[in-house]
Amino acid sequence: MINNITLSGARAKGPRPYSLGDRSLEDALNIIMALAGELAVVRERLDTLERLLEQKGVVLPEEVDQFVPTYDQEKKRQQWQADYIARILRIVQQELEAIQQPTLNNSNMKEILEELGISQEID
Amino acid sequence: MNDDRAILYNLPPVYNRVEKHGAFPDISHDETARFNFLTGLNRHLNRIVEPGVKAIFEKRVRPRFEAQTGRLFTTADEIQEMMMQDSQYQVGSALRRSTIEMIQQATRSVVLRQIDELAEKARYYNNQRPETLKLNPAVEIPCYLSVIDQGCMPGSYYTEYGNDDVTNAANYDAGQFLITDGRLGKLSDGIGRGLVQWLRLNYPTFSPKQILDIGCGSGYQTLPVAMGYPDADIIGVDVSAPMLRYGHARMVALGVDKVTFWQANAEQLPFVDNSFDLVFTTRFLHEIPANSVEAIIQEIYRILKPNGLMLHIDQAGNAEAIPLFDQFVHNWRALTNNELFSLDIPQRNIVKWLHSGGFAERDRLQFGIEVINDFAGKSTPIEAGAERVAPLIQHVFGGWK
Repeated sequence: MINNITLSGARAKGPRPYSLGDRSLEDALNIIMALAGELAVVRERLDTLERLLEQKGVVLPEEVDQFVPTYDQEKKRQQWQADYIARILRIVQQELEAIQQPTLNNSNMKEILEELGISQEID
Repeated sequence: MNDDRAILYNLPPVYNRVEKHGAFPDISHDETARFNFLTGLNRHLNRIVEPGVKAIFEKRVRPRFEAQTGRLFTTADEIQEMMMQDSQYQVGSALRRSTIEMIQQATRSVVLRQIDELAEKARYYNNQRPETLKLNPAVEIPCYLSVIDQGCMPGSYYTEYGNDDVTNAANYDAGQFLITDGRLGKLSDGIGRGLVQWLRLNYPTFSPKQILDIGCGSGYQTLPVAMGYPDADIIGVDVSAPMLRYGHARMVALGVDKVTFWQANAEQLPFVDNSFDLVFTTRFLHEIPANSVEAIIQEIYRILKPNGLMLHIDQAGNAEAIPLFDQFVHNWRALTNNELFSLDIPQRNIVKWLHSGGFAERDRLQFGIEVINDFAGKSTPIEAGAERVAPLIQHVFGGWK
């Protein structure tokens, strides 16, 4: 049996041209574009739902645009937003923490081991 | 959205409008949405990002090079070397490759999840008319096809993932619309339709009885030519069993009964001398190295009847006539698409090929055909807009025997 997930993402035989000077940057660009695609998929699904709700007379488009959340709904919504943004920008937060608390975050493994009294060769 | 705005944005039709024949993969709502995004992204690159490459060259790269060296560019490679250092070009180029790979991932994830169902559908249709599908497992895949995955499709045209497999053919079918951003029509057969229209207009008395399509794949352009000449017998040959299997099933599903799909190598065709009135290829020669192209043209000359016609719908080169910048763009596209043999197209010499095949100079033909895009119905302003902005012209060359 084939693994359709890994096979779907298989590499095409042949040299792959990299255009950005930094390969990891090009990896990041590819990941971002894939995410942009998935966002478009969600957006289109929502659009389908709105059209169906409109067709069936359940929810009219202007009702979506004019919707104002209640206080409880607002809290949940904003909490979700804060959580979502923090997840996306995790790396920036962690880099900041390393700057703010250098002694806690910037020591290398060898220093930590020495502090613990363990001697071990680490590359 | 009004008509003018649709034209301004040059919107492609939605994937829902692709004609889904009986052998076609099932595609979910979200998969369709993903295809719509990628089609739009591809068209954006074609319409906005790629023309920008010319601006980068004109405004930044060329002036910088001329100021540094005190001379003009002399080769396409020199242009490429300088362009590669421009950050804006780098981003555009990386986006292009990324889009091609995302399209493959999107279509492959659709067909691979239903691999057994697709084989079953193809079997169902192929069993209805087994006499017009002539597979020959003894046909070897030429090394020029297996050395690189053309068009960045993993496994290329020929790989089989199981018995009666049609995976990569179905993948190709599902992806045609995305790769061409919807410009080949509902069945991706607009080139064949355009060829028939051109022939009827320019050679109204030409009435071929025996027609051969070489490298026919799944018969996208074979079927419209067959329907354009209903009195003719038409054969499509290809080395790839999955493409033929799927193409034959697709034909039966579409209710066409004209074409025989035949597994054979174009360099050794299993046909006697002087047997065809019309032999054509579509987007085929750029995937073949030059020495094999010469052999194929000689083979075509052998099987053509006297006064028969050979036509190749593909890019063709003549380095002296192509500006250096256009040569650079051509090479850039070839590298990005994994089209190894397309790289030497600017250096290819059509006239020499035709002469070595036996065709006389006075019988040479070279022209452009307009792709007929049947998305351009009157039903929605979006389709009308898309068509008016982007008629697609294909280069054709060949000759009369």
